[in-house]
Amino acid sequence: MDTLLIQTLNSLFYASILFLIASGLSLVYGVMRIVNMAHGNLYAFGAYVAAWVVGLATDRLHWTLLFVLLLSGALAAAAAGALLEPTLLRPLYTRAEEYQLLMTFGLLLILEDVMRLVWGPHPLTASAVSDTLASMSIMGVTYPAYNLFVIVVGGVAAVALWAFVYRTRFGVMLRATSQDMRMASALGINVKRVYVQAFTLGCFMAGLGGAVVMPISGAVLGMGIDALILAFVVVVIGGLGSLEGALVGALIVGFVRTLGITYFAEIELAVLYLIAAVVLFVRPAGLFARA
Amino acid sequence: MSPAPGRPGLLTPLELVGILTVAVVLVAVPFVAAPFQTITLCYGLVFAIAALGFNLLLGYTGLLSFGHSAYFGTGAYVTALLVKYLGWTSMEAFVVAGIVTSAAVAGLFGLVCVRYTRIFFGILTLALSQVLWSLALKLFWVTGGTDGLRVPTPRLFLGALTPAEDKLAFLAYRYYYYVLFLFGISVAVMWLVVHSPFGKALQAIRDNETRAEFVGVQVRRYRWIAFVVSGAFTGLAGTLWVPLNGLTTPDVLYWPFSGRIVFFVVLGGFKTFWGPILGALAYNYLETYAVGFTVYWQLVLGIVLVLLVLTMPQGLAGTLDALIRRWRKPALT
Repeated sequence: MDTLLIQTLNSLFYASILFLIASGLSLVYGVMRIVNMAHGNLYAFGAYVAAWVVGLATDRLHWTLLFVLLLSGALAAAAAGALLEPTLLRPLYTRAEEYQLLMTFGLLLILEDVMRLVWGPHPLTASAVSDTLASMSIMGVTYPAYNLFVIVVGGVAAVALWAFVYRTRFGVMLRATSQDMRMASALGINVKRVYVQAFTLGCFMAGLGGAVVMPISGAVLGMGIDALILAFVVVVIGGLGSLEGALVGALIVGFVRTLGITYFAEIELAVLYLIAAVVLFVRPAGLFARA
Repeated sequence: MSPAPGRPGLLTPLELVGILTVAVVLVAVPFVAAPFQTITLCYGLVFAIAALGFNLLLGYTGLLSFGHSAYFGTGAYVTALLVKYLGWTSMEAFVVAGIVTSAAVAGLFGLVCVRYTRIFFGILTLALSQVLWSLALKLFWVTGGTDGLRVPTPRLFLGALTPAEDKLAFLAYRYYYYVLFLFGISVAVMWLVVHSPFGKALQAIRDNETRAEFVGVQVRRYRWIAFVVSGAFTGLAGTLWVPLNGLTTPDVLYWPFSGRIVFFVVLGGFKTFWGPILGALAYNYLETYAVGFTVYWQLVLGIVLVLLVLTMPQGLAGTLDALIRRWRKPALT
């Protein structure tokens, strides 16, 4: 019973990180029809900035403020997104999608080395945030409180994103652009602005994911490349462009991975990719495809 | 891809002269260049074979695969496993085994992948290639995990040439010619493939799938055959790469390596036959010197790729072609 609870919490923890990354990837694809290969590195960028800022502030600020500082990672990634979309992606919308993929692959390479250039080759850690919380006891099981915090962040982010997309005026514009960009433009929506905002929001989510995972795993080179491929698995299972799909996909991958680590560690990753391939084979647009 | 109009499939005299010149230069390289230069070029030729195979899909069939590391890695790992478990040493055996297994893997993956096009094709090829990567990484008692597998210098031509000399001289001389020979065969075979009725059918599929289907092309079947041929070429490249590198690690199966193959082809220009070869050679020099020059070589490559996409979408070959046309135009009119 105890192991079951711990495994469930681990799965949820893992799923919330994955959701933060994959929802941004899916949002950007849904609105702009671009698969952003640099998305994983924006997640890594968020982790680096958060580690750097928190590290600077650790001894000077009260520990509760450090949690607020985690937002710096998300904001930095969002700022990078707001800068990249108009300069490097906008010229490519009329071109074949191969070029968009290549552009984001080029950005991936650049971001990887920019992080190495700025923060050096060694991992950056700022565990002060997670250490202050220690462990707490839930239903007789001790569990790191910071992991619970991450689960809560994932849950809140899911609700907030859902409300944002389905309950606000901006969300209506976003969905209209996603469904028919030309029609939306004809109805007076500033599509260019929606694109910048959608891309920025997607990067914000990635950065937030990086920032909250940082106190546990640190900021490491290559984390973005590893994360991207798992985010792909999530969005492929759930359906590219669907937020519900990203949530369900993240939960499936989270649980399968936790199970995999316990029972079939050697082929855990292979099983995940195979699940993605099977889903794509059976339902090419994913489980939550929108026509 | 576009020879003189009215003479499909034939080389123009200019092209023939060009090919012969390049062939003479390639044969002469070990005599005039330092071993390091020859080996660098040898890597370039190996990558060029992979790029040729890849471009059958991208340039001729219109499918962007982001999982070609799977076939390159299959060629490499099959060779390494044959050395480790069966003690094979003959390069010819490796070449045959590499081509057959990578074609088989491509045949299997292709069954799933060719049902889709565009972005879904890309993601599916990517996902399947990562199955192989994760197996190579995790089944370390078979594959050596991240340490990879070592491969000694093989015997060439059924053991007629034993690697008695020192390794550097072997690679820069005999092995270079061996690779050059197979490179020449690969180019000739690919040339015949893309200029055959089959190659024309692929181009018809690329340009208009519906029309191709209406004139009787079995689209999915042709795509599958193209996928298998493409995988076999890339697998051959992987097999030839292993003795050169002396070691194979899961990195050649990881998806950024697929990105690298895409990079070769886009750098050279995927709308021409020769572009991918040029691109693979150019990329190899770019990377070799960028790595020697700075630890931030990925930054250099990334900037090159971004600039390429923005300013030279036709790649080196396309840009060169445009320049030549502009230069020749006044003479023609």
